Amino acid sequence: MNHTFPPSVIAEIQQRASLGRYAIRGLGARRAVPTFDDLLLLTASASRYPLEGYREKCATRTVLGARNAAEPVVLDIPITIAGMSFGALSASAKDALGRAASEVGTSTTTGDGGMTPEERQSSKTLVYQCLPSRYGFDPDDLRKADAVEIVLGQGAKPGGGGMLLGQKVGPRVASMRTLPEGIDQRSASRHPDWTGPDDLTIKILELREATDWRIPVYVKVGATRVEHDVKLAIAAGADVVVVDGMQGGTAATQDAFIEHTGIPTLAAVRLASDAIAEVGADVQLIISGGVRSGADVAKALALGADAVSIGVGSLIALGCNDSAYTDESGARVDVTGDYKKLKVLPGGCAECHTGACPVGIATQEPALERRLDPGLGAERVANYLRSLVMETTMLARACGKSDVHRLEPEDLVALTIEAAAMARVPLAGTSWIPGVTG
Amino acid sequence: MEALSGEVREINRALRALPDGASAVVADPRGRHNLAVGLDAAVRITLDGPAGYYTGGLGKRADLTVNGPVGWGVGENLMSGRVHVKGDASQSAAASAHGGLVVVDGDASLRAAISLKGGTLAVGGSVGAYCGFMAQAGTVLIGGDAGDGLGDSLYEAVIYVAGSIAGLGTDARIEDLTDADVQAVRDLAKTCGFDHIDPENVTKVASARTLYHFSTQHHASY
Repeated sequence: MNHTFPPSVIAEIQQRASLGRYAIRGLGARRAVPTFDDLLLLTASASRYPLEGYREKCATRTVLGARNAAEPVVLDIPITIAGMSFGALSASAKDALGRAASEVGTSTTTGDGGMTPEERQSSKTLVYQCLPSRYGFDPDDLRKADAVEIVLGQGAKPGGGGMLLGQKVGPRVASMRTLPEGIDQRSASRHPDWTGPDDLTIKILELREATDWRIPVYVKVGATRVEHDVKLAIAAGADVVVVDGMQGGTAATQDAFIEHTGIPTLAAVRLASDAIAEVGADVQLIISGGVRSGADVAKALALGADAVSIGVGSLIALGCNDSAYTDESGARVDVTGDYKKLKVLPGGCAECHTGACPVGIATQEPALERRLDPGLGAERVANYLRSLVMETTMLARACGKSDVHRLEPEDLVALTIEAAAMARVPLAGTSWIPGVTG
Repeated sequence: MEALSGEVREINRALRALPDGASAVVADPRGRHNLAVGLDAAVRITLDGPAGYYTGGLGKRADLTVNGPVGWGVGENLMSGRVHVKGDASQSAAASAHGGLVVVDGDASLRAAISLKGGTLAVGGSVGAYCGFMAQAGTVLIGGDAGDGLGDSLYEAVIYVAGSIAGLGTDARIEDLTDADVQAVRDLAKTCGFDHIDPENVTKVASARTLYHFSTQHHASY
């Protein structure tokens, strides 16, 4: 096989030549990078004392944003649902995510495009994003929010603006974003009213004034220059820093961004937690970007995160990439044919940008949206989140912890030198931490 | 209202507590940031001196007058009501304003009306570069000259300039004035007290709409 021009590269070049543009797609990075799978937990034996897996309590309560806010966010679990826009997702999908989050005691997050009444209604705890585009940004919605998240970057496209192709800019989306229907919407990559961290300080204070210092202010960055970005966010006054690793998802962006920018979530979490520790501020860290399982959650917490945020995983639980949807009668309706029209198969679809989502999640087409029942979808996402919590607590107990937030780097070893260097934990079976102990 | 002894937070709390129809004067704003932010009542407020960043930001319904210059982001994300600056404004005046009217008697710096979403910005003097960058909807009236990059990447917002234009931004173009345009400029100039603007001799700038859909042919413009 030709390694420079394998069939996939040949097909990509041919597509560029045909369409006259680069590849745009959804979901997160496909390329193999070091992940939480490259770490192992050192559970208890003699030197540590495990807790009973199904008998002894393991706390999961998570408090975010007590630094300045009169009303910090208090969650039952350390797993939140990441910001995803109405526009990228259908209103039903947003509604379902809100219901699921409320059911398991966690928060969900708005996205580029404003807050829908459905998601505010269904979300007990809702984080309102303040994005560079400011689409639909409304002080009334701000005051209805439980936290505000200033988005400076996204893991899938750090440094890049949003993108919503015209086929998804239907009447409601266009109205919320103050845009003409059907245009290819370009979101700004930087905020319109400030240009640096000193200005961000004043922007944060503006949001605090507008909310009477009631709710926490999160600052979200795409994982690139993590140490500097986290320190500057803290200096600017963030209560919570959200770091989104390169495996983070998107509804639509250039493949070049997804695969060739940012750093892996595994590397980002340790850089971020060390930066917070160095500053010594009472700031919480949320890590996101390709978090899938309870093992991922446990490892992220051990490396210093206070919570994780899940986007794509939540969508998959909702039915993304499923070969069928459940109709009103409860019957499963196969939609493999619809995937084939998109030239993909269930399980390999990243065609969120087309708006032709066969399962009604990443679409604004009413007929497609009806394929997603928000109630059923919420049940599936809640099941998924509960399973993650059960796994996380199971692993924490096995490490001898009565609270998931007591997991620590000492509970981890790495399987590869790369992961050991990034997470700054020893290579398994050694005391060697590359770059730290030699 | 004497502001000398009060923190911004206390002043804003007091302003937000005012009922519809009330009036208040902040006697010495001292250029502080975030004054009169998040208002949501039909009140009449005067800041009697220079104010800092985000003056009147995130506001609704209120009528705010600043007797002096303001810093960045005056009237940022304004939803309705009016902010009148009797002086100059720094960068990003009326950024992302969804509604309402921001009036600047003097000059405004860079990126005035950036990302405008339906509000109106009227500047008696001149504006710096990139006025109206990515403005989606609403109206901008400039009584003096406009800097370079005017109306870059405009959507449906419209800009009227009484003076000269240093240069248009990407996808911006000059269009003929219609009777409706002349009437709109006349009404707005009268509202703002801008007697120096001749409504029939302004230049209208709007989007050429060539960038509404991605096209390889326009790659150099993106």
